[in-house]
Amino acid sequence: MSEAIIYELSAPGRCAAHLPRLDVPAAEPLPDALLRSELELPEVSESDLVRHYVRLSQLNYAVDIGMYPLGSCTMKYNPKVHEDIARLAGFAEVHPYLPEELSQGCLQLMFALQQYLAAITGFEAVSLQPAAGAQGELSGVLMIRAYHRARGDTARTRMLIPDTAHGTNPASTVMVGLEMVQVSSDARGNIDLNDLSAKLDDTIAGMMLTNPNTLGLFDEHILEVTRLVHASGGLIYGDGANLNALMGIAKPAELGFDVMHLNLHKTFSTPHGGGGPGSGPVAARADLAQFLPGPIVTAHEAVYSALSGEALDIDADDPVADAPQYMRSLMCRLEMPEHSIGRIKSFYGQFGILVRAYTYIRMLGEEGLRATSEAAVLAANYIQASLRDTLPLPYDRLCMHECVFEGRVNGAEDIHALDISKRMIDYGIHPPTNYFPLVVPEALMIEPTETESKRSLDAFIQIVKAITEEAKKEPELLRTAPHRAPVGRLDEVQAARKLILRWQPEP
Amino acid sequence: MTYIPHTALETEQMLASIGVERVEDLFTAIPETVRFPHIELPSPVSELEVMEELRALAGANATAQDSPCFLGAGAYHHFIPSVVNHIISRAEFYTAYTPYQPEISQGTLQAIFEYQTMICALTGLEVSNASHYDGATALAEALVMALAVYRGKKTKVVLCGGIHPEYREVAATYTQGMGIRIETTALTDTGLESAINLIDDETACLAVQTPDFLGRIHDLQPAVDAAHAHGALLIVVSNPIALGMLKPGGAYGADVVVGEGQALGNPLSFGGPYLGFFACRQEHVRRTSGRLVGQTTDINGQRGFVLTLSTREQHIRRERATSNICSNEGLNALAAAVYMAALGKCGLKQVAELCYHKAHYTAQRIAEIKGYQVNNNQPFFNEFIVACPQPAAIINKMLYEEYGIIGGYDLGRVDPALEKHMLICVTEVNSAAQIEGLATGLEEAAR
Repeated sequence: MSEAIIYELSAPGRCAAHLPRLDVPAAEPLPDALLRSELELPEVSESDLVRHYVRLSQLNYAVDIGMYPLGSCTMKYNPKVHEDIARLAGFAEVHPYLPEELSQGCLQLMFALQQYLAAITGFEAVSLQPAAGAQGELSGVLMIRAYHRARGDTARTRMLIPDTAHGTNPASTVMVGLEMVQVSSDARGNIDLNDLSAKLDDTIAGMMLTNPNTLGLFDEHILEVTRLVHASGGLIYGDGANLNALMGIAKPAELGFDVMHLNLHKTFSTPHGGGGPGSGPVAARADLAQFLPGPIVTAHEAVYSALSGEALDIDADDPVADAPQYMRSLMCRLEMPEHSIGRIKSFYGQFGILVRAYTYIRMLGEEGLRATSEAAVLAANYIQASLRDTLPLPYDRLCMHECVFEGRVNGAEDIHALDISKRMIDYGIHPPTNYFPLVVPEALMIEPTETESKRSLDAFIQIVKAITEEAKKEPELLRTAPHRAPVGRLDEVQAARKLILRWQPEP
Repeated sequence: MTYIPHTALETEQMLASIGVERVEDLFTAIPETVRFPHIELPSPVSELEVMEELRALAGANATAQDSPCFLGAGAYHHFIPSVVNHIISRAEFYTAYTPYQPEISQGTLQAIFEYQTMICALTGLEVSNASHYDGATALAEALVMALAVYRGKKTKVVLCGGIHPEYREVAATYTQGMGIRIETTALTDTGLESAINLIDDETACLAVQTPDFLGRIHDLQPAVDAAHAHGALLIVVSNPIALGMLKPGGAYGADVVVGEGQALGNPLSFGGPYLGFFACRQEHVRRTSGRLVGQTTDINGQRGFVLTLSTREQHIRRERATSNICSNEGLNALAAAVYMAALGKCGLKQVAELCYHKAHYTAQRIAEIKGYQVNNNQPFFNEFIVACPQPAAIINKMLYEEYGIIGGYDLGRVDPALEKHMLICVTEVNSAAQIEGLATGLEEAAR
């Protein structure tokens, strides 16, 4: 099954769009030297275009097709109402540079979302600007750097990062000009307190922590870890990738985190879009709020004319504002935090994604969010308990929202996590994350999420058991998998060696 | 409400399999003092009520759908063919993850491969990545790449003042810990000469924008030649719609072309999500950041697509990665690809020409109004500066309140000295009647 490249459907002179005629007099043309001579875009009809993309879409797997247990990715169901709301003209057709009084609906939504996210995490202040988790993380590390520099402490140039961390943690650290120092995990999957203590000194800017960590485990000494880092003058950065385990369960700020990013596209159920857009707001405790990237939204009471609704230049605290011809109302504004690390992207954040997250939180409320985290943890533990005798489980204790097995089968030593993963495709499900975290050999990292039914979880468990049996009896079936996908196993080495990054006509 | 499917019986069965009695028993690793905190949130509402609440918020905004809009400055209101939204609304596209399992992600991968091909065509360059977060971060990543090309031996970056002010701010944010120096010229400098004069042998790159923030089109040849004479890279920030007619950076010999891709089929959406396009010359491909889709074959020799050169990326290379970026703006890039394919070779040129002619007509029409001057002594595309008899903010307020028109960008926001200047943007969606309405409104506002 394959689909032609859209350029292969092209014929000169065809166009799928219907544009208006010029209804004003034409201007003098630009000098030829400024104009382009060719533009090699496809030339297709609307029906060919639609069929092409519909057929392409059918080559994809997606959450709306089936279970997607990718560890660390939180591939939960994405409610449809979110899509309808984000497409309302009153959100989709709003220009970011409108005067603030003409975009109060957007600003009020953002202000409320800042407060909701602060309430869920226990922090004081939130910036919605970062475009994705990695940007929220970059912001957070820049804030830690700014915090120390504002105190005149330029010696803190090193960042502690556990060996279980996401790859973004070291990458962000280096982008900020800090040096990374790795901290080991202990036999129960916690931070090794001895190793941590040995590495703490006055050159440490802070520590980047994911909790629950990428093993799906809640650090049993978390309060001690954050206390030790604080005692040595460092700050704790929280990687919020795993927040789906914690809503209503624990507030990161109360665990001792100082600044943290959230992934709205994971925890708050906004769709992943085939690799983005994400949204990675960053939250901070009160004394770090001044360093947040911006602008952020602030709310002020303003005085309006009761007659015309026009905003007036009267202070809301002024007793004059009590007169019947005036009324008070909340006016939201965009403001740069006082010592902001600056803008991390243009405009104010991934607004269309913020709308979806706001909708999700409004519909679930406190009880619904806690139930969500509980059900996510329940599902992961159910899988862990059900597969404990099937695959090696390196850390055998209650997990949070995901569990990590070794993708190895006794009696089939040549079989790797990759082979098991590819074989799952033949059974119609998406494989788990494999080969991460790095501390587990042949890792298979499974995050079922709260939206998978028991029936779906049971099917997954049966599939894994069936594949491990196949591994012993017919290992070749795994090694050459997938057999029932649109294409066979793809040659990634060839792709990197003989780079073809765009379509070109046959010479 | 929740999206949890379990019945009480199923929950009990699962708890029994795990060997605990209650759901609460799963959380014993969490210190008791901080376990199960109260979250202060408003009471939850139903789907019906949430629709009403959000419609009310949406209703409190002015929209480019209901009001003629002459506001641009980096975010543009263009016509989006219906096919775009229909295709990006396919659940197979929007509820998929990053295509890490290529055998069941060929739809996303091929669509991005085609997007890369179209961006190469548009920019005149050999390599395009799968997109960055937006135009500003695409520029920041281009600067970081240029610095990496010289392996830290060149530590200066020159930014032309005509680059969007927010892009320059983002560049400063990204590079604040990198120990480099950014030199910038003034926004109002007429040509590129002042920026060219800042290039020296310490310079890793010169970045320029055309059409620039004030709408002016620049001949890039002198900038390319000067940068290369000093062994520096030339980075160009471009408006992709303008590239429907203008000579692209690649054709001048530029090394990198980036820009805000929103205008290609993505709605204004109050500033995001958008996409940053990024294209460069083949020789720099291994120093780029962000995802790349490459063609390969499967075990049966059939054509297929995978994410490639991932050894540059954070999940493999960690602290030695070219950037910390993980995602691209997948769905926005898909929208851009569908838009470019729908318009095609002739259609994109036609949109560019409509913008050009309508903007020039509007400029001419405004120049006739007493009290206004149009600054058009340099070639421009679809944005131009209007000097007003009063502060732009006051004129815009009157335009909206009396005529329901969204006026131009108040240049006083970036430079208080330009308080009485606005940047007017005209696109193919602005009809002759809307332009006449704007002229009438401006005339009234001057009285």
